[in-house]
Amino acid sequence: MKHVAAGLCVCAALLLVTGCKREQRQLRAEPAERATFAAAPESPIVPGGKVPVKVEVRNPYEGDAYAIAEGEKLFSSYNCGTCHAAHGGGGMGPPLTSKNLTYGSEPENIFDTIQKGRPKGMPAWGGRLPEYQIWQLVAYVRSLSGQEPMSATPGRSDDIEYKTKAQLK
Amino acid sequence: MKWFAGAQSVLDPAGPQAGRIHGLFEVFLWVAIIVWVLTVGAMLIAFWKKHGGERHDDTTKRVVTACGVITVAVLLALLVASAVTGSAFATVPSNNVMNIEIRGHQWWWEVHYPDYIPHERVTTANEIHIPVGRPVRFKLTSDDVIHSFWAPNLSGKLDLFPNRVNEAWFEADRPGMWRGQCAEFCGLQHANMAFWVIAEPPDKFNEWIENQRKPGVMPSTPDQAHGQEVFLNGPCVVCHTIRGTNALASVGPDLTHLASRHTIAAGTLALDRGNLAGWVTDAQRIKPGNRMPPVNVPSKDLEPLLAYLESLK
Repeated sequence: MKHVAAGLCVCAALLLVTGCKREQRQLRAEPAERATFAAAPESPIVPGGKVPVKVEVRNPYEGDAYAIAEGEKLFSSYNCGTCHAAHGGGGMGPPLTSKNLTYGSEPENIFDTIQKGRPKGMPAWGGRLPEYQIWQLVAYVRSLSGQEPMSATPGRSDDIEYKTKAQLK
Repeated sequence: MKWFAGAQSVLDPAGPQAGRIHGLFEVFLWVAIIVWVLTVGAMLIAFWKKHGGERHDDTTKRVVTACGVITVAVLLALLVASAVTGSAFATVPSNNVMNIEIRGHQWWWEVHYPDYIPHERVTTANEIHIPVGRPVRFKLTSDDVIHSFWAPNLSGKLDLFPNRVNEAWFEADRPGMWRGQCAEFCGLQHANMAFWVIAEPPDKFNEWIENQRKPGVMPSTPDQAHGQEVFLNGPCVVCHTIRGTNALASVGPDLTHLASRHTIAAGTLALDRGNLAGWVTDAQRIKPGNRMPPVNVPSKDLEPLLAYLESLK
């Protein structure tokens, strides 16, 4: 009897596993119009009494583990680390690990920052990068300050530097 | 066994290493054939000779002991043959060696010829030209995951690791063009991570390398000039290099002499205008998961861009 009960438990557990949804990797992004969200408020402080209408923009890759990992690869490929440090810790450019970025931390703000560039050094990547890559970068940048779900962000980086004894000397 | 060997085969060796590996293969093959024939023959004889009951006499003992000794001796001999073959090309010859550095990427091969002064250093991709009769030392490393370098007509396999340099060498003893392949599963497009080794007589090789050392050809028609403008002002420049222009990025393959190569996308497609157009506009359909994004080029810009790329001999 005990064995039957144990067997049923195992079967039930296996059935639960079938409920797991495998994340789809979207390898072929849809072509998109080049957009900016210049109307998006960059901070809650506004002059006068009129609060601007909040633009409803959603990053298509929000919570997408594959896109966040791709964003991390792009971040290093496009040398973002030269100014913002290897994992966005900040250097010549501001750190990206903060929830209060200079030009706003909402997805639409970060998108604009990458797309249009910002004064004092941030180049405009619009026209150079396809829109979906900018969204992947946005997802990665937001993951640096814990604004992406934990389930989609890696506990550690894929490319932790490994050094041989000789290299350490 | 050349008769069924294609452009990528261990059965058609084109250099001393591959020749020795092939020799070893033949030794193993013939020993295995003889052992198999003898064993199956003995078994058939045992079937036909119907003896009643079991036999335990001195002859049986002697035969069994002799077969046991012979088996061990044959295995030892094969082990020695294998070790001798392996050590025969363990050390890289020291004189007249040409150096090539190879960096594996998901999913293509970056190839450097470091023997020249820095600004004439040759960088190419997925195509390795070597002179006939001159040993070539390979320094192998990887940019991301573990890959394995394997040109079966020329040598055995060697893995490419991130943060580590492995050394191999081989030599081609006749001119020819052979295909190589990544031999360690490395992700979605592992099967489409190929390269070509082209062995040429020294004077032809020198001609090739002299051309590769030059910066990219300047556009000679208004069409090509427009194409260059598209290249330099569009997304291409973020990842690719064309020496002699402002394009200096190293995320994707160096395109300085793109049109001198035989294939694009690491041996996936032959280099011609149609394939190039397909690759530029929608590489993800051809090789899903690779790092080339679909490029939104209006058709009035695409043709000039292709004309420019095709002029980069």
